[in-house]
Amino acid sequence: MIAAGEPAPDFTLRDQDGEKVALSDFRGRKVLLVFYPFDFSPTCSDQLSLYQEVKAEIEEKGVTMLGVSVDSPYAHKAFQEKLGIDTRLLSDFEPKGSVSRAYGSYLDAVGMSNRTLVLIDEDGTVAWAYESPNPGEFPGANVIFDALA
Amino acid sequence: MAELSSAPVPPLGPDDHVRGMGEGSIVYADLGCPRCAAAWADLTARPRRIAFRHFPVASKHPRSPALHAAAEAAGRQGRFFEMVDSLYGDRGHVDDPHLWERAKRLGLDLDRFEADRRAAAVAARVRRDFESGIRAGVAATPAIFDLGAGGA
Repeated sequence: MIAAGEPAPDFTLRDQDGEKVALSDFRGRKVLLVFYPFDFSPTCSDQLSLYQEVKAEIEEKGVTMLGVSVDSPYAHKAFQEKLGIDTRLLSDFEPKGSVSRAYGSYLDAVGMSNRTLVLIDEDGTVAWAYESPNPGEFPGANVIFDALA
Repeated sequence: MAELSSAPVPPLGPDDHVRGMGEGSIVYADLGCPRCAAAWADLTARPRRIAFRHFPVASKHPRSPALHAAAEAAGRQGRFFEMVDSLYGDRGHVDDPHLWERAKRLGLDLDRFEADRRAAAVAARVRRDFESGIRAGVAATPAIFDLGAGGA
């Protein structure tokens, strides 16, 4: 997993609406990348639902939250609509998992992103990274606010 | 804007919703959550103290904000736990007309119930519990914390 102090690898991915999103678009603003295994999986649904409840508070701290998984933009759109969330979901689809790999958040054995949080500073440096002990668990939102304190 | 960094579960306060005496639990629960309903049936079957704290996750259970507001509004008329029991006891009737029916059965003043459940103060009361749960690291419901014999 990537560590604090390292430069955050730049990327350009498509979001749930097919719009291109580059990390460099957010220079001057903090970014929270929420890597997660799969759209529609129970734990991922719980995690993104919970974080949606505190999205306003995250944004109030000057942070843009972006979800990342290997699913397609179409799957992301359906997942977003099913959950009723407005967190942008980025598609690390082709080459599969390349951005997740660059951040050290890819599980080759199962072909999915790990459950990892990465906070990137305004200047594009990793400020904090957290990996769940296993992909079946996700951290409460308090750890995000601890990282921002 | 609320502070949401890590903090211990707050001790019981004067406006916590508490039922029973002695040892027990503080339960962060979502009134739209089936697992919470099952846990509630188990918890309430035993003679113990229970403090209920609101933890609605709207994107997971879209009716939860309305249900928590209804329980809180019933609480303003002294019937909080009766409404919680009612909502967990019958999870299939959660639209507004069903809430009115429940309120009538509990003998609530309907006009007051309607005003209270839409009041900003009620939403703020629910949110206060939710935020304390976030700070305590609650990630899924129900989240149950030991209350201890002394009252936490």
